Amino acid sequence: MIPLSWYLIFAAILFCIGLFGVIARRNLMSVLMCLELMLNAVNINLLSFWSYLYGKDLQALVFVAIIFAAAAAETAVGLALIISVYRRRVTVNANDLDMMKG
Amino acid sequence: MSILQIIFLLAALATLFCAVKVVITTRMMHSAFWLVGALLGIAVLFAMLESRFFVVVQVLVYIGAIAILIIFAVMLTRKIMDENQQRMNQLWGLAFIPAGGVLAGLIYILSRWNAFNTTARTAPVNGEDIEALGKALVSPTGFMLPFEVSSILLLAALIGAIFVSYDRKGGGR
Repeated sequence: MIPLSWYLIFAAILFCIGLFGVIARRNLMSVLMCLELMLNAVNINLLSFWSYLYGKDLQALVFVAIIFAAAAAETAVGLALIISVYRRRVTVNANDLDMMKG
Repeated sequence: MSILQIIFLLAALATLFCAVKVVITTRMMHSAFWLVGALLGIAVLFAMLESRFFVVVQVLVYIGAIAILIIFAVMLTRKIMDENQQRMNQLWGLAFIPAGGVLAGLIYILSRWNAFNTTARTAPVNGEDIEALGKALVSPTGFMLPFEVSSILLLAALIGAIFVSYDRKGGGR
């Protein structure tokens, strides 16, 4: 059998890869993709806790379903913002979007 | 090593490889395809966690909808970051500090937890009880409020996305 720790360590590594990408990449599109990786790592964590510890309960499943809905909403709004920014500034480079800098 | 462990390791390594390629690939389109690969690997892991419903949801929602949306947006914002441009920030080395710190902290805290190495499952072997989940999502004593809040969130995100990306001046830059 697979220990719970394998899933948790895998999810931690995936989350940190996504975190690194969110911080380090310049393109807004790939920042959004790395956010998706982080959300998926969280989902794996929730489902592995459900599978190993709370298999009779439904809370984890409801939580995962709501994270799916939130991820879809986040992607839609994020892509709309990126396309809007691209239309006005002709760039999706995060370094060029500094008009709010004082 | 049992066969399940080998399948887990293969799926996990493939997913991590795809995730690393998502982060380091310069061309956005290739990066989006690597993201699809990582999402497929995660669907395999969902299947190994006995969660059949969320395997289907992962393939339908993530790969079928979100990845396609990302690919469309990549095509709409193409040709801005070509290959000779730098793909990382100037200070990208500093990003290892929070990422590595979070990883080390998570593994340290989890390894002190006494249920960390448990192998006994409590989930039903034939997948989760979808009927109970569906009933709990619409019952007032169950999870009706979060369910309705998330549907309002989706509706608001839909309207907000249309409002934000709507071209008021009609066509041009």
